[in-house]
Amino acid sequence: MGLPCGTFQENYAQDMAIFRTKTQWGLLFALLIFLFACPLFFSDRILTIMTIIGITIISVHGLNILTGYCGQISLGHAGFMAVGAYTSGILCAKLGFSFWAALPCAALAAGMVGILFGLPSLKIKGFYLIMATIAAYFIIMWTILQLYNVTGGADGLSVPRPEIGGFVFKSKSSYFYLVMIIACLATFAAKNIVRTRVGRAFIAIRDNDLAAEVMGINLWAYKLLAFFIGCVFAGVAGSLLVHYIAFASVDQFPFMNSVWYLGMLIVGGMGSTAGAIFGAVFLKLLDELVTIVGPILSAVVAPQAAASLGLIMRGLVIIIFLIFEPRGLAHRWGRVKAYYRLWPFSY
Amino acid sequence: MTFFLQLVISGFALGMVYALIAIGFVVILKCSQAFNIAQGHFVMIGGYLGYTFLVMFGLPIWASLLAAIAAAIIMGLLIERLTLRPLVGQPVLAVIMITIALAALLEGLATLIWGGEYKTYHGVLPTLTLQLGELSVPSEMLIGLIVSIAVVAILMLFFRYTKSGLAMRATAEDEQVVQSAGIRVTTVYALSWVIACIVGVIGGIILGGVSGVMIPLAEVGLKAFAVVLLGGVNSIGGAIVAGIILGVAENVAAGYLDPLLPGGGLAHVFPFIVMIIVLIFRPHGLFGLVRIERI
Repeated sequence: MGLPCGTFQENYAQDMAIFRTKTQWGLLFALLIFLFACPLFFSDRILTIMTIIGITIISVHGLNILTGYCGQISLGHAGFMAVGAYTSGILCAKLGFSFWAALPCAALAAGMVGILFGLPSLKIKGFYLIMATIAAYFIIMWTILQLYNVTGGADGLSVPRPEIGGFVFKSKSSYFYLVMIIACLATFAAKNIVRTRVGRAFIAIRDNDLAAEVMGINLWAYKLLAFFIGCVFAGVAGSLLVHYIAFASVDQFPFMNSVWYLGMLIVGGMGSTAGAIFGAVFLKLLDELVTIVGPILSAVVAPQAAASLGLIMRGLVIIIFLIFEPRGLAHRWGRVKAYYRLWPFSY
Repeated sequence: MTFFLQLVISGFALGMVYALIAIGFVVILKCSQAFNIAQGHFVMIGGYLGYTFLVMFGLPIWASLLAAIAAAIIMGLLIERLTLRPLVGQPVLAVIMITIALAALLEGLATLIWGGEYKTYHGVLPTLTLQLGELSVPSEMLIGLIVSIAVVAILMLFFRYTKSGLAMRATAEDEQVVQSAGIRVTTVYALSWVIACIVGVIGGIILGGVSGVMIPLAEVGLKAFAVVLLGGVNSIGGAIVAGIILGVAENVAAGYLDPLLPGGGLAHVFPFIVMIIVLIFRPHGLFGLVRIERI
């Protein structure tokens, strides 16, 4: 079970707890203290990377609930992020809402649009659902471009930074704290949603939806709920992203982002909250490697090498993971932990 | 009226090319139950191959076509052996994801090799003109129409009269029976990827002649998906009919509605609107099999 020897449960609450040993609690606090001490000793550049990773983690948690747990594959996630982003951008920039009111509205709007485009999932699955969500992405983007008067169309939209009681989240470190707090809350929520009755229903639907329906799970309600929850996370992430960049444009949500979010799930491990985090961190760090190596390659090989390197690396990583480690980093991490826990008697 | 007919005719030619690309998708799906998201990227690679052989090497058209087909065969074999073969028997999602990753990889490689710039070989292709009363059919469209019809006819004959073609159709029916009859299913899989690559590359050469080649040419693959869904995923005849319907409908809708919309670009989303409507109301398409599920 992945627990060290001598961990005894004396009641149900202990058995269900996420953190069961003192070491785990200690590690959790060490991680939190490390995260919140980051701005003290990291440069702005590293803080920017970490902020973007945090936003990505929120989004990938949503996709993980939708795809990893409920089995409804979505390639429209970037589109749902854009819905959240534009909702909160428009509310803040044009209607004068505060960020704190706009964020829940963005989450709700993205969730609603998610339900709308989740409707076909009642009839179709697998490849057909992928196609429906791709279509959803392009229709959302086209609509945003069409609504020129509201969204600014191709020109984009300036968005103010959030503020609270006169304090504006202007510096990198302040925004980093904002994103980290929301990312931690999102991780907590994502971990717990899948442990509830709803989460168990999602897993049943993923494993066999007909059998789940026979067992009395309302497919209609739960599939739409999965779309709603997944897209709420996407909406929050999208809103945080545009407020960070202080500008909203359709270019921030390219179609390939949806693909990379799925790729992050595969690299990290589908159906695992830790996997979503591993995957997001791994692929984003790979990006950073590419931005460092790219210019060198450009100088040595060809000028276009930098642009192509990212695509090639990510494509290769996903292919390699699918062939050699289809259960992702989370599974590998579990194996490593078990190995060291049992060492030297691995039986 | 002339405007309308003009739209219909160019839509028809475009639709044949969509059908051609969609056939590649259907062949893979029927033989190996793999959904190939990278089909549009074969088209993009095809366009660049056409540019390479026609303009950079200056080969005559027949030689360029043969060279491009040879390159497509190598590409198909490599892709099948290196990425798809290890995943035989894996869940659908893994296969779909690997073709998505493949699409990214091909896009990256195309950027690396050809620089990701806009290339055109306008003027290298011969000019044919067809005058129907007041209508004139543009030269590239006409060539595209002729080539697509020829390729589709060759494929039809291949599936009907050759041994490999029959083996592929039999594999689509039942893999286990085919294996017990002594046909190598892996060879059939490889062949289906080779065929998909060839039709994709030919489609790419045609479309490259019409509108030039650049990386976003791969998005035509998404239109091919709309064609496939409309026609029914496992029907080659359906792909042809749906290709023509979609090509004409897209052209007519864009011709009449684009001036009315501020942002324009309706041709770009039209296939997706069709896709959603088909998926909601008739998920198995016009000619597809209705799937009955049991636990």
